[in-house]
Amino acid sequence: MATGTEPPATEPHPPTGGVRTRTRAAIAAPHLRTDRWWLAPAATAAGLLAFVVYSTWRALANADYYAAPYVSPFYSPCLAENCEPMKAGPNWELFGGWWGLSPAIIILIFPLGFRLTCYYYRKAYYRGFWASPPACAVAEPHAKYTGETRFPLILQNIHRYFFYAALLVACILTYDTVLAFRDEDYDWGHMGLGTLVFLVNIVLIWAYTISCHSCRHIVGGKLKHFSRHPVRYRMWQWVGRLNARHMQLAWASLLSVALADLYVYLVATGVFDDPRFF
Amino acid sequence: MSVVDRQEWDVVVVGAGGAGLRAAVEARERGARTAVICKSLFGKAHTVMAEGGIAAAMGNVNSGDNWQVHFRDTMRGGKFLNQWRMAELHAQEAPQRVWELETWGALFDRTKDGRISQRNFGGHEYPRLAHVGDRTGLELIRTLQQKIVALQQEDFRETGDYESRLKVFQECTVTRVLKDGPLVSGVFGYERETGRFFVLEAPAVVIATGGIGKSFKVTSNSWEYTGDGHALALLAGAPLLNMEFVQFHPTGMVWPPSVKGILVTESVRGDGGVLRNSEGKRFMFDYVPDVFKDKYAESEEEGDRWYEDPDHNRRPPELLPRDEVARAINAEVKAGRGSPHGGVFLDVSTRMPAEVVKRRLPSMYHQFKELADVDITAEPMEVGPTCHYVMGGIAVDSDSAAARGVPGLFAAGEVAGGMHGSNRLGGNSLSDLLVFGRRAGRHAAEYAGAAGDARPRVDDAQVDAAAAEALRPFSAEGETPAEGPPENPYTVHQELQQTMNDLVGIIRRAPEMKQALDRLAELRVRAGRAGVEGHRQFNPGWHLALDLRNMLLVSECVARAALERTESRGGHTREDHPGMDRAWRNVNLLCALTDPGDGLPAGEAARGRIALTRETTEPIRPDLLALFEKEELVKYLAEEELYE
Amino acid sequence: MSSYEARFKVWRGDVRGGGLEDFRVEVNDGEVVLDIIHRLQATQAPDLAVRWNCKAGKCGSCSAEINGRPRLLCMTRMSVFERDETITVTPLRAFPVVRDLVTDVGFNYTKARQVPAFVPPEGVGAGEYRMMQEDVDRPQEFRKCIECFLCQDVCHVVRDHEENKPAFAGPRFLMRVAELDMHPLDAAEESGLDRKRTAQEEHGLGYCNITKCCTEVCPEGIRITDNALIPLKERAVDRKYDPLVWLGSKIRRR
Repeated sequence: MATGTEPPATEPHPPTGGVRTRTRAAIAAPHLRTDRWWLAPAATAAGLLAFVVYSTWRALANADYYAAPYVSPFYSPCLAENCEPMKAGPNWELFGGWWGLSPAIIILIFPLGFRLTCYYYRKAYYRGFWASPPACAVAEPHAKYTGETRFPLILQNIHRYFFYAALLVACILTYDTVLAFRDEDYDWGHMGLGTLVFLVNIVLIWAYTISCHSCRHIVGGKLKHFSRHPVRYRMWQWVGRLNARHMQLAWASLLSVALADLYVYLVATGVFDDPRFF
Repeated sequence: MSVVDRQEWDVVVVGAGGAGLRAAVEARERGARTAVICKSLFGKAHTVMAEGGIAAAMGNVNSGDNWQVHFRDTMRGGKFLNQWRMAELHAQEAPQRVWELETWGALFDRTKDGRISQRNFGGHEYPRLAHVGDRTGLELIRTLQQKIVALQQEDFRETGDYESRLKVFQECTVTRVLKDGPLVSGVFGYERETGRFFVLEAPAVVIATGGIGKSFKVTSNSWEYTGDGHALALLAGAPLLNMEFVQFHPTGMVWPPSVKGILVTESVRGDGGVLRNSEGKRFMFDYVPDVFKDKYAESEEEGDRWYEDPDHNRRPPELLPRDEVARAINAEVKAGRGSPHGGVFLDVSTRMPAEVVKRRLPSMYHQFKELADVDITAEPMEVGPTCHYVMGGIAVDSDSAAARGVPGLFAAGEVAGGMHGSNRLGGNSLSDLLVFGRRAGRHAAEYAGAAGDARPRVDDAQVDAAAAEALRPFSAEGETPAEGPPENPYTVHQELQQTMNDLVGIIRRAPEMKQALDRLAELRVRAGRAGVEGHRQFNPGWHLALDLRNMLLVSECVARAALERTESRGGHTREDHPGMDRAWRNVNLLCALTDPGDGLPAGEAARGRIALTRETTEPIRPDLLALFEKEELVKYLAEEELYE
Repeated sequence: MSSYEARFKVWRGDVRGGGLEDFRVEVNDGEVVLDIIHRLQATQAPDLAVRWNCKAGKCGSCSAEINGRPRLLCMTRMSVFERDETITVTPLRAFPVVRDLVTDVGFNYTKARQVPAFVPPEGVGAGEYRMMQEDVDRPQEFRKCIECFLCQDVCHVVRDHEENKPAFAGPRFLMRVAELDMHPLDAAEESGLDRKRTAQEEHGLGYCNITKCCTEVCPEGIRITDNALIPLKERAVDRKYDPLVWLGSKIRRR
């Protein structure tokens, strides 16, 4: 009768069972959804899994990642001595000769971390892989849940660091795209199908990076008074519009980066020659 | 008899809409321990349905506005029947009440220079309505709700108990105001959730229960609007004022049937929406009454120009007061020029780009899209009149909101009568809630404080009688067959709504109203046999059976007063007396219970329970009269009033 | 107009137990689920308990679960279902049941009280408040909330884990914290109240794993996750985890 501060008259049994908690409506089913709610998490999980398998294979392969003038985005920048030689970069031997593994591992950690802590991907894999929850109003199978309050998931908060790193990586990939306007003899002013693939990829990578929630916050979201910062307000609005499509951009850029790599692989292994436009 | 939980408070507020919450805030801030009782959950009151805005002459958009102009508009809208002192206080205090909301966290739409934006509305000379898109009522309720919580947090810091000085009893219904001799001593009610009875003892009770729309079939009102406060006051011995004035809002949805009556905000017209009949004609130009002839545009061109240049053009007649527009729509439909589902067309799609419509009327867009599958940015809406508001209500003292004749009883908001005269202007209700809610809270707190330790006592016999009355629907099965079989309360309710809608609706005729009174008497007998199944825990059938008493009482008031007033004025239109009669200008009709006593035994059901008396209103103060042109006053006031 | 007979399963019972009860009921053109529940009350089950109020999607009273999805009964049109489909209506499953479709939503009112109220700026009188539209746009979106508590109901943090209720305010009230933190004139900070800190430490912001069900069920279309919860997380990050902000504040303090 009061505004609900008093506990219910019947004291609940030890709080267990989520929707099956004793005080709640006695319904045994973990959910009553009649639609195909499992489709979205299943598709997400399948898509992510496919990318993980592909990228793991490619990152560990340590081969076929350079076909002049194209460098696979998985291996850019290439920072070890064991990198294939590329004219005008992006290979800088910051790591000396001691690095014996695939040079992709050094750099992939950044985009990987960026995507792993991304607010969209978090939703995707929490739902798709961890079933927490599998879908809305579908009971999750876990007995306990602490969310992102403690280690390791509290580390999701370092998304901001990865955003800064992702900006750098995006710059380097932009550089790679510029380099792609050369032919296989490093002459400038040429373009092939690969250049186009790289162009599409870099646009999507930038769009995904800029549409990040952290970015939206940094450019303006953190302000209390937009009216006092008209430029940042406009940037915030612009990023906000992109941000509304963050999910689509996340998938599109994931696909495009894999395709760009695949393209380099196919050319490098000689499956076909890069069709040149001019 | 049943054991009843009892608590002591200083002020009890019945109703947690805008007026009730504003009263509670004020009473608590003035030191009274205050309890609020509401039928719904806290924050769900009917006030959330208010869309257009809060009328207050802040002059933010047009600096020509001031309280005198607002007062003038209000009196014109009410056809000079308003309790003028209320209209004066309302116009003077409304801006303060709106600004105060901002200090509690409200966020109104802004002007370019950062002040509260104001919009045009029917009957208001200047843009005057502070608003938030078309969900102003929600903003008002939420702000007041959060202010209550803020006060509770304050109390928590001091006393360790959130509810030590201000408590909301949600989902509880009051069925009786208890009295100690002539004085109010508390209220009797039940918790809807458990069905348990309770008594709150208090020297001061503020009634803020809203309106009576659920007695009509087509209404914009929610289930709560069963006239509880009106009936509580009547039963406690307080008279109701001018109950014949019921406002039919011109634009309610007419299709699909299940949402018939749901409101289409007046802002649609304020922002440029036009009304057309099935022939595509903007028919409102044919319905401008003489008293308003020089204030409204004569051609579509002039009306259109007004939106851009209000200083040099007159407003389009779509923005006439609500009674005029409702009658016009009614007439068009009757003349066979209605829309397919029996309304007329209201169109914004041809006047504003889709983006603007969605920004300025988001919830209307949403409402039509979701409920009627109509995209208002591309096609016209179909609308027709719907029962919206009762101008009549508990007769109160203008300054203190004290109910006449019952010390300790106060009333504010829609349940109080007088403020709006015969017709309310859009936007004046939300400001009414704030202005008089605050006044009621203040005077109730002062009254309770003055009572000190000499608190009126609650009479056990009254409590027992009230409990017996509330339990009666459960024993309907056991009664003697001679009285007839038990009745389904839902059926009785539907028949009541049909009766009021058909016979005491927007256009009234004497024989029909007499017929209505006969039917009401019959329904009263049947309602006495309304029986319910099940038990007392959250039993809607039982709740409805109890609410029937109130709806029937109030309906009888409306029908009797409407039959008595032989003229047409504002929300009261008589086909057999089509003109406004200056002789009725200063006449109030008061409804009282025929057998007040304690009002406890329901009396002989078939006999009418309401007696009418006429009273002459207090003359309007000369300095207020001086705000009007003589030529205008002549249209309203009787000769002798003019020359006093 | 065409009408047909629909099959319904409605959960009936109270805290001691209950189950889905079968009904066959008439459905007419243009009706919503709440109309059908009312028809059941008027014709077959007069004591069927249901909370409702405005019947126009404005008050947020008639929250329930229809075919397992949290929805407003008054805003769910019958035309979205197949005619031969059995429609299951249950009370909200995250809150204690009172009776039939009515649940005890007191949890939400308790949480509402724990969010410190708006702090008016000192020295600014009523009538002197100046705010720009672009500054109030953000909190205004959150103030569209009709408190139907569907987001609170669907949020797995409390729906699936009763034990988290004391620590977690739920999307609606985290959004309220965000609203106040974005209010252009809220003077909480000046009064020594850090809303970002309370969001994290007292209202359980960290429990949210941004799976967006709150946004999915919101009948007002408020983008709770993107516009309130994530910005609030980012604001908390500002205080605690951002290297540049940390560095900046160190340098400025020198």
